[in-house]
Amino acid sequence: MMAKRIDEAQVRKVAKLSRLALTEAEVEEFTEQLSAILDYAEKMNELDTENVEPLAHCLPINNVFRDDCIKESLGTEKTLANAPQRDGEFFKVPKILDGSGG
Amino acid sequence: MQDELLNMDCRQLRDGIASGRVKSVAATEAVFKAIEKYEGAIGAYISTFKKQAISKAEEIDKKIASGETVGELAGVPVAVKDIMCTSFGTTTCASKILESFHAPYNATAVEKLAAADAVIVGKTNMDEFAMGSSTENSGLKQTVNPWDKSRVPGGSSGGSAAAVAGRLCYAALGSDTGGSIRQPASFCGVVGLKPTYGRVSRFGLVAFGSSLDQIGPLTRTVGDCALLLNVIAGHDPADSTSIDEKTAPVCDCLGKLDEPIEGLKIAVVPEFNAGAESGVQKVIAKAIDVYKRLGAEVIEVDMPHLDYAIAAYYVIATAEASSNLARYDGVHYGHRTEEPADYIEVYSKSRAEGFGKEVKRRIMLGTYALSSGYYDAYYLKALKVRNLIRGDFAKVFERCDCIMMPVAPTTAFKIGEKIDDPLAMYLSDVYTIAANLAGIPAISVPCGFDEKKLPIGLQILAPAFGEEKLLRTARIYERETDWHKEKPRISN
Repeated sequence: MMAKRIDEAQVRKVAKLSRLALTEAEVEEFTEQLSAILDYAEKMNELDTENVEPLAHCLPINNVFRDDCIKESLGTEKTLANAPQRDGEFFKVPKILDGSGG
Repeated sequence: MQDELLNMDCRQLRDGIASGRVKSVAATEAVFKAIEKYEGAIGAYISTFKKQAISKAEEIDKKIASGETVGELAGVPVAVKDIMCTSFGTTTCASKILESFHAPYNATAVEKLAAADAVIVGKTNMDEFAMGSSTENSGLKQTVNPWDKSRVPGGSSGGSAAAVAGRLCYAALGSDTGGSIRQPASFCGVVGLKPTYGRVSRFGLVAFGSSLDQIGPLTRTVGDCALLLNVIAGHDPADSTSIDEKTAPVCDCLGKLDEPIEGLKIAVVPEFNAGAESGVQKVIAKAIDVYKRLGAEVIEVDMPHLDYAIAAYYVIATAEASSNLARYDGVHYGHRTEEPADYIEVYSKSRAEGFGKEVKRRIMLGTYALSSGYYDAYYLKALKVRNLIRGDFAKVFERCDCIMMPVAPTTAFKIGEKIDDPLAMYLSDVYTIAANLAGIPAISVPCGFDEKKLPIGLQILAPAFGEEKLLRTARIYERETDWHKEKPRISN
């Protein structure tokens, strides 16, 4: 059997980069499925793209500017209305530092 | 009376309302009666707004009675895919992560519908974050095909297509990143248009693949499609990728809709089309024959890079998605995990609990394609292939007005048939994806049925900002045929 395009260790690494806490079953399933999809993507290598420019978007416009003026913004209440947890005028999150100094 | 009202298209209804012959309230109540009767069977809507819709309809009726001027969609009940922000109700993207999200503003397209005096009846189901081709990836509910309840409505705008086909609204907005308007339109037997990238503002459209996403209408007729495009198109300072009117003026797509096109040149790609099942191929060939009979010239062309569109698309779209969906972090809005051990778990567990399988799969794939060591091999390569695909189109449009091909290789497939094989699902997008990569407009027009009496759509693709001629081309076919008058019989 051919080696898989992506192995479980790589899938775990990508899950970490993606900030997704995957279950063991998901790691196994995604290893299989992502390998199949990446195998398919290899098809692109049939094409010689040596002298082809990458195309990020198709618009005939570049650098859109607007006047630098102050506009009305959402405001605190609307901004915080969907917060999972809030504390007064702030989004509330768990402690980031562990308190051991440094 | 109920059926007679519901079978009108948007323009008939609007004209009836404007002249006072029909009341918007009556049409809106008829829609909600149909929803009460059939929504349980079809499952097109994530949320509906009966009270708000009826009071808006009353307001329109009053305005008309007192002789005030009203908008182009005055009193017409329409639906919006639940990926567009609305300042009322929820905006869920059919995801558990946004199940109770209340957007603080309206998407520009929604704002424009409201300004045209449309009555918004509800928000439609979809594949979670528009990722899918069957609406089976919705994290909230299942939508079935009104023509056969054991089959998918297509996706990702499956709720919008099912609602329009099932007479649960007169028209709907969808979004199309790789075929998400055209393929469900084809599967449900309605008209669906993906406008040119930049034609319609994406402001308030929850982002999936930002260089590919575009909002467009799903309607029962080509004329309605032109009307809705007129309403939603145009430059928006809030979206820097919406086209300014000096570069591409907004034209009236409705005014000249019925004018014939002299010397129409249609390109077909025989080799590429051979991938569709034979029932689909036959119906598409017959549709093209209608144009031939009317004097159009059909030219066989070679588009050597179309075959690589799926590979390039699933790298580019997932790469953009992995970046766009980083915003769901459990901090500012959306689902947060109950008891995170630390701040990292706020992200990783909230996302693991809130996202469905397909969304996770695509975030993983996109993150991998952008990660160090793989960027050149996948993402950069895909962008180059994208350029080759755009080049194929440019070459064909030098000598042809449009290209015709199937929308999908099959008709609506069975629920559950492809859900465990993501690659098989991706391959079903083979005919729609290239238009998004090239940024060009494309439409699906009902053109017949297979032997199982499932609808088939003819896809017509046109050069960037060529919507006016594209719609006229579609209208030529519609005028000659009666497919758009067929409607599903829905059983409960």
